[in-house]
Amino acid sequence: MIPLNWYLMVAGFLFACGLYGALARRNAIAILMGVELMLNAANINLVAFWRYSDTFADMSGQVFALMVIALAAAEAAVGLALIISVYRKRKTINVEELDALAG
Amino acid sequence: MPELPIPSVGQLVFAAVALFTAISGLIVVASPNLFHNALALVATLFGVAGLYILLEAEFLAVSQVLVYVGAIATLITFAIMLTRSMMYGRTSPVNRQWGKAAIFAVLFFAVLLGFVQGIPWVSNMAELPSSQETIVALGMEFVTTYVVAFEVLGLLLLVALVGAVMLARDN
Repeated sequence: MIPLNWYLMVAGFLFACGLYGALARRNAIAILMGVELMLNAANINLVAFWRYSDTFADMSGQVFALMVIALAAAEAAVGLALIISVYRKRKTINVEELDALAG
Repeated sequence: MPELPIPSVGQLVFAAVALFTAISGLIVVASPNLFHNALALVATLFGVAGLYILLEAEFLAVSQVLVYVGAIATLITFAIMLTRSMMYGRTSPVNRQWGKAAIFAVLFFAVLLGFVQGIPWVSNMAELPSSQETIVALGMEFVTTYVVAFEVLGLLLLVALVGAVMLARDN
């Protein structure tokens, strides 16, 4: 029998990894990968809490996880399109050089 | 864990999958080579699908492999290949605040660990009905309780698709 907190620890570790990637990387694609890691960590928590709840007859946990997956797909498509568009205009996707709006 | 009982087969399988997921998740953010990051991301997504199977959410595991590994990882690989001209070798992969970000991430993980260990979670999984019934119940939820969210999600995907084509179009 696997305790619930083992899943939560794995999810917490993945979230911390994604957080570091989103905060510290310079490449916009690497930042996007960090965000994907964080979304996956949240999904693990949703499914784990669904599985260990007494009322798993209602499938809300899995429904929410599926919605997060669909949203992540939309986010990745738009994000990568933005990155390619920026690369075409500026010839870089280093987020530190994209400072046109910096005051 | 207070005392260490003899691990069961399920626990050993969980430990293997969790270790695989965690190590490849670390490579995603720690390796300086963007292409290695993308490959490790694929491994991490497979590991998460494995965790879903251990949680008896088979439909979700299949969706994870189809959507994440099949679509998102491919998209990311394409984007890397379309934009990789000067990002190799010349500059550091991390920005100036990476030290602070690392400390913050470690502290965040420590706080999460403290919370998770401090709460007495339920540890008994109830017996699930057959996976076929689970999937039927999932489908019913989507077309009854969550039908509005489901339709809005479909609209959002359409808008995102059109928007992505508009943004990436070469004009």
